[in-house]
Amino acid sequence: MPPETTAASAQDVIHNIGYRPYTGPRLGRGYARRALWSQSLRGAYGLGRSAKSKVLPMTLLAVMCAPAAIIVAVAITTKMNDLPVEYTRYAILLQAVIGLYLASQAPQAVSRDLRFRTIPLYFSRPIERVDYVLAKYAALASALFLLTAAPLLILYVGALLAKLGFAAQTKAFAQGLVSVALLSLLFAGLGLVVAALTPRRGFGVAAVIAVLTISFGAVSTVQGIAYARDNTDVIGWLGLFSPITLVDGVQTAFLDATSSFPGGNGPGTGAGLVYLLVVLALIAGSYALLMRRYRKAGL
Amino acid sequence: MHHRIYHPTVARLTYRGLLGRRRAAVLFTLPALLLVIAAAVRLLTGADDDTATKVLGGFALATMVPLIGVIAGTGAIGPEIDDGSVVYLLAKPVKRPTIILTKLLVATGVTAVFSAVPTLIAGLILNGNSQRIAVAYTIAAAVASVAYSALFLLLGTVTRHAVVAGLVYALIWESLFGSLVPGARTLSVQQWALSLAERIAAPGAVSSDVGLPVAVVLLAGVTVAATWYAGEKLRKLTLAGEE
Repeated sequence: MPPETTAASAQDVIHNIGYRPYTGPRLGRGYARRALWSQSLRGAYGLGRSAKSKVLPMTLLAVMCAPAAIIVAVAITTKMNDLPVEYTRYAILLQAVIGLYLASQAPQAVSRDLRFRTIPLYFSRPIERVDYVLAKYAALASALFLLTAAPLLILYVGALLAKLGFAAQTKAFAQGLVSVALLSLLFAGLGLVVAALTPRRGFGVAAVIAVLTISFGAVSTVQGIAYARDNTDVIGWLGLFSPITLVDGVQTAFLDATSSFPGGNGPGTGAGLVYLLVVLALIAGSYALLMRRYRKAGL
Repeated sequence: MHHRIYHPTVARLTYRGLLGRRRAAVLFTLPALLLVIAAAVRLLTGADDDTATKVLGGFALATMVPLIGVIAGTGAIGPEIDDGSVVYLLAKPVKRPTIILTKLLVATGVTAVFSAVPTLIAGLILNGNSQRIAVAYTIAAAVASVAYSALFLLLGTVTRHAVVAGLVYALIWESLFGSLVPGARTLSVQQWALSLAERIAAPGAVSSDVGLPVAVVLLAGVTVAATWYAGEKLRKLTLAGEE
């Protein structure tokens, strides 16, 4: 294709060195948003990055799945009538692994863009602030969902292979999936908000884990004291103050889960509604805070 | 040529890096939370030695001290290695072990102040130092912060993922394995510090899985070995690019 020169511009131009504009198809905003989502999701497991950055997320995924595989193997060989661990309880038991994964990958998703000032480059493309925030949020939530749903799938397949009741297992598995989906959305939002505060990756990691462990440590300590004092009403309400106990409360109230609170004193349906509202408010609030954070593209 | 173990300028830079705006926010939030919990528990249940042990042992020593140790220990050197500005420090005629020792002193000081002081105040709020529980946990927190600072400072020189590695030790090893595998408790800074608390507090108030002589030897050994090895690592530091 020859350089596009019209009669009028030919007179103005001193040197026509043959620069050509891009005339191919433009994939547009939706495509850019999808690409950002899929690349961030791949990045959350180290795919497309160096071998060293695959080690941690893949190890954590393996650590997350290994107990499920062991449980299934034991259940099949000893011919149990039911799985020894509920689907809804699994994520609660392995919350430390989920916390570490979130703490290592949430800063990876946002801090580097801030630190190397690539944010203005993103916004020079046809994506808006809302696209960036949504793509990053969705990517981290999907990554967390993969991490938490994979062991449940192993448990479910194992339960079917062990010929445990199909209907009951399917219902419990579906309830478990709803619970980890809610957990993924909640944790991804909180992790991103904290990580987006700082361009320093290491500090982001510490801040995310601090939010998760400190709140859980505080809640379980006070719950333990309330339990020792037979103050069981308070136990149900205390769970409102940490992310993992929020999820525990919601699934106890609505998803047939046994509460992991001391003495199994989870919230009832009424208090469960408050739990659900708080979870939804936190998810919406995280999104709103992220939108606010990226109002100025620079830093 | 005299050999210094403390270099005021390095100390000032480390201190300012640690207590920068956002880091300081976390460092202040944790002790504040401990005090709020202590006050709330005291109001709800009244003074009780068993409750005081639960709050100070379960929250202050098990959760707060390791986290502050990770933030201060890795934060004393990690970010400088991470963004490469450590070369400007290393290019100065200051011995590398001096740099490590100075950073360790600052990290230990920050960890001790932010963990031992609030532990003491929380203990006083909870039961007014009955059975010497408040003082016992305060000394345990101070001793643990020395060992944690040395360990996590070493991690900061060894790996770029020092914070994650430190958290894996503090959360997975000390909390998860420690509660499941009894042997893991022997190799836990928290238990070593607790054995000191056991000695100081009234008999039966605090219990540890490790004997006092073993704990003191291990605490001192880990601190010295970690500091020495961190100095060695810094001596042969190679700067890697961003992965």
